[in-house]
Amino acid sequence: MARIGVFICHCGENISATVDCGKVAETIGKLKHVAYSTEYKYMCSDPGQTLIKDAIKEHKLTGVVVSACSPRMHEPTFRKACAEAGLNPFLCEMANLREHCSWVHEKNELTTQKAIDIVRTQVEKVKLNSALQPIKVPVTKTAMVIGGGIAGIQAALDIANTGHKVVMIERSPSIGGHMSQLSETFPTLDCSQCILTPRMVEVAQHPNITLYTYAEVESVEGFIGNFKVKIRKKAKSLDEKICTGCGLCTTKCPQKKIPNEFEQGMGMRPAIYVPFPQAVPNRPVIDKEHCTYYIKGKCKICEVVCPTKAIRFDQPDEILDLEIGAIVVATGFDIKHADFFPEYGYGKYKDIIDGLQFERMASASGPTSGEIRRPSDGQVPKNIVFIACAGSRDPAKGIAYCSKICCMYTAKHAMLYKHKVHEGRAHVFYMDIRSGGKNYDEFVRRAIEEDHVNYIRGRVSTVFERDGKLIVKGVDTLLGAQPVEIVADMVVLATAGVANAGAEDLAQKLHVSYDQHKFFAEAHPKLKPVETNTAGIFLAGACQNPKDIPDAVSQASGSAVKVAALFSQDMLTREPLVAVVNRYAPPMYSTCVGCFLCQSVCPYQAIEREEFKNREGKVVKTVAKINEGLCQGCGTCVALCRSKSIDLLGYSNNQVHAEVMALLNEY
Amino acid sequence: MKTGIYPGCSLTGSARDYNESVFAIAEAFGLEFIQIPDWNCCGATAAHNLNKELSLALPARILAIAEKNGLDEIIVPCAACYSRLVVTQHELKKDPELKNRICEVIEMDYRGTSVILNVIEWIDKYIVPKLEEKIVKPFNYKVACYYGCLLVRPNKILNYDRVEDPQTLDVVMSKLGATAIDYPYKTECCGAGLSISRTDIVSKLSGKIIEDAEHRGADAIVVACPMCHSNLDMRRPDINKYWDTEFKIPVIFVTQAIGLAIGLSPQKVGLRRHFVEVKIS
Amino acid sequence: MSHSEHHTERNSLAYSIEKNVEVYTQKCYQCGKCSAGCPVAEDMDFPPSMIMRLLQTEDLANDDKILRSHSIWLCVTCEMCLSRCPMEIDIPSMMDYLRQRSRSEKKVNKKAKNIIAFHKAFLNSIKYTGRLFELGLILDYKRQSLNLMQDVALAPKMISRGKLHFIPFIIKGKNQMARIFKKTSN
Repeated sequence: MARIGVFICHCGENISATVDCGKVAETIGKLKHVAYSTEYKYMCSDPGQTLIKDAIKEHKLTGVVVSACSPRMHEPTFRKACAEAGLNPFLCEMANLREHCSWVHEKNELTTQKAIDIVRTQVEKVKLNSALQPIKVPVTKTAMVIGGGIAGIQAALDIANTGHKVVMIERSPSIGGHMSQLSETFPTLDCSQCILTPRMVEVAQHPNITLYTYAEVESVEGFIGNFKVKIRKKAKSLDEKICTGCGLCTTKCPQKKIPNEFEQGMGMRPAIYVPFPQAVPNRPVIDKEHCTYYIKGKCKICEVVCPTKAIRFDQPDEILDLEIGAIVVATGFDIKHADFFPEYGYGKYKDIIDGLQFERMASASGPTSGEIRRPSDGQVPKNIVFIACAGSRDPAKGIAYCSKICCMYTAKHAMLYKHKVHEGRAHVFYMDIRSGGKNYDEFVRRAIEEDHVNYIRGRVSTVFERDGKLIVKGVDTLLGAQPVEIVADMVVLATAGVANAGAEDLAQKLHVSYDQHKFFAEAHPKLKPVETNTAGIFLAGACQNPKDIPDAVSQASGSAVKVAALFSQDMLTREPLVAVVNRYAPPMYSTCVGCFLCQSVCPYQAIEREEFKNREGKVVKTVAKINEGLCQGCGTCVALCRSKSIDLLGYSNNQVHAEVMALLNEY
Repeated sequence: MKTGIYPGCSLTGSARDYNESVFAIAEAFGLEFIQIPDWNCCGATAAHNLNKELSLALPARILAIAEKNGLDEIIVPCAACYSRLVVTQHELKKDPELKNRICEVIEMDYRGTSVILNVIEWIDKYIVPKLEEKIVKPFNYKVACYYGCLLVRPNKILNYDRVEDPQTLDVVMSKLGATAIDYPYKTECCGAGLSISRTDIVSKLSGKIIEDAEHRGADAIVVACPMCHSNLDMRRPDINKYWDTEFKIPVIFVTQAIGLAIGLSPQKVGLRRHFVEVKIS
Repeated sequence: MSHSEHHTERNSLAYSIEKNVEVYTQKCYQCGKCSAGCPVAEDMDFPPSMIMRLLQTEDLANDDKILRSHSIWLCVTCEMCLSRCPMEIDIPSMMDYLRQRSRSEKKVNKKAKNIIAFHKAFLNSIKYTGRLFELGLILDYKRQSLNLMQDVALAPKMISRGKLHFIPFIIKGKNQMARIFKKTSN
């Protein structure tokens, strides 16, 4: 005879403000097989958990329903409490009264009735729960870091320094990411490359790190501790072992007019190229899209001039199979190109550039060797305008969110300009200055007070060219929304930070969630900012949302600790919520007819064939068998099985049926 | 397909020149349209400033008559009328209750089925395909294409061209042989309905539009709206007085430019009726 | 998480704007782009972004300032503000509503006298004939605004170019027009 205990949580006022918890507890208490029903303000608190544990013992409960928040939040908490009281944790279920009821409805009778119904379904379900035992699986102690920007570099080095192996995958020819493009970094104005390049070299030389550049993730299968990853190493058309990186080929390549990605299009590069002088690895690749040989079938000048004969035009892409235990996603961000803002004239007028272009211009290694010069005529601008939020906080044309880093880099840009062009005037149009961070606001104040940057509170309406000058039409909202017109020589747009172009595709390969802006989603916004919803996959840096360097590095170290903690165990325990194919005594063996439709639809390749032999050793029946190590409990096979031979532990057909019937039946 | 035309009040009076050029090129290209019988004023700025319901009822009557006469498509050369008609169609589609109320007011059925074309859409659809063969005098001038407000805004409702730096008029003009200059005042407001009540503001705003076109060396400003035309052309003495200058740049309708390019006389396309002398032809 | 019960009764202008034209003033975060692009902002007593701010206060004294402002009549409905607003706030529709409220509450700004006189003369002209009679409009406007000498130089030029009619055209449906005006006169 089932003896179910039901525990209604108020969640502070989150539930009790709209649901009459007392009435729910009382009504549920009268149900058949409910041995105990009560309510409490915070069931997840220590006294709340004690209440459950005591009730299990006192009332000899055979099943528990905690009616509180989402199981994503506290199911592990309550199952652990049950286990401590001697009840198998899988005999505990949660009824979600918060997200499914109190948060989405007004306070009234119907809301309380809905809460009662939700609890009833779980009471019916838990009666059919069975005691399950966790599954143990081994851990492959190699991590994969996807992305070689500052976040990926930090994560890889931190993991490698704990003694574990790391594979780093970078899709461009060099690691370094956006940080390698930056001039100086706020709030200390130290040179970006000076602090980054030693780290890049460390990655390349670390005995525990294997670096694959010009490589992309092809597919990911498996699960925490046991991922099987396929990597596509794109052909560099070069034998890296022979190439010495002398660079002769890059100087002789006849293609010289390809916009240089590293210089944000402000310089040119050849078809065989090293992205920048400090690149790691410092070996060229051939850009097949622009190479004369690949386009026209003729040229091969690089092959002729190469002193070590390292060019390989027929080199194919290579697919590598890797066994990986944990993954850190550090794919970074991109900037939203400003040409969607025709009123600001980007793309139409040469002297309107974006923030990353300004970084290259201000960088000593950039196209102007660190001098601020107008792209149109090379003149030093005497009047420069910086426009903040050129795309951010603009749901109509850009993105709704704040890109977080622009206030600071705009202050930095204005300051760098003033340091380089003393007699020049720098104006910043802004709405709010968001400078929360150590020494950040002081930095902005310095730009205003010491470098005399003219901050104007208001958005720019339009920018256009007249007589070789840029007319910037804005407003000063602090002077009663008075129109302001500035005749500028150059305009810099602080464009929004957005997810990388391939982010969605990669998220789908990894089976991790992403938000509406295609940024990777953390498991919990406050308490699990480094984890994803998929166990064993962690996040670092701006692939989660725009971040500055200190934040990206901190999060990278956080993800490294998570990986190290995972690798500190030899075996992992997994929830036993997996599919099983039924088994009966011979001669039936199973109701499975061996059609193996399930095998073709299983996304995790978890379905195997099992043969039953008679005494003579002859195979008499072949049926499906599920590898519980690989199964993720998605249930696709259950839905597809024509002979109804598969069931999902913890979510059996009978249990779901009982839940539905509970809603249909009177009580 | 039966095509109707809604000329609107301006074209019968102060914008007769526009009207003449529209009909002249239609004739030259063998295009026929039926004038919407017994049409009324769309209510213009005055109606929506003072009385929302009236501002919807007046265009609704026009559209209802068009429907009753089986006109699937209505050409509206006046950008202001075009805007009122399209906005009315949008509002009544969005709110069936309001539609019923307006039907009651106008004592007619209204379904909102007619397609409304502005003058450039009409040109694009019916004239551009046959334009090249008809051109006898390429329009070899530098022009500033001035769209004004109502051809492109509100963009979400009109859904025509892009709202910043629109291109449709520039494209038509370049097909005539003209060079369309980069012109940031394309969609800046001329002062519109304040022409009579606040001539000072209209002089200021229209003056900026004219000054920039002259400064950039344009030979003419090309428009597709009678209201813009009257502010830039008829108001020229006021503008010159306000800015203490002598702006001479002529303002022509796109239909006039087409007419000249296919060999129609300046008189035929109404150029003689302009206040600012048009020395190009 | 319903908080509706915490709301106090609202009787502000911002609230009526929400109800009547579905414009939510709280969406505005005061970037000022509307004022930056508004062609008449410098002639206004309150540029568009200031109107938004006054509305956001939901203070009856500020509501009164708006209805008595010159700004709402200077707005030419060029729609530049809406097309560039990052929050797509329909200021032009809101302005139409504010003008109608200003008139119905008899709070029309004195400086807007001529603008309203023109609008009224315009509607009067079409009320009886169905179409605009430009000469009649000008004469009626002069009568209402008392700007008798305005544009006297314009008329002869218009006449010589055939742009001014002396006799109004009267549409057949003029009775229907009169009923439309009557039914919408609230």
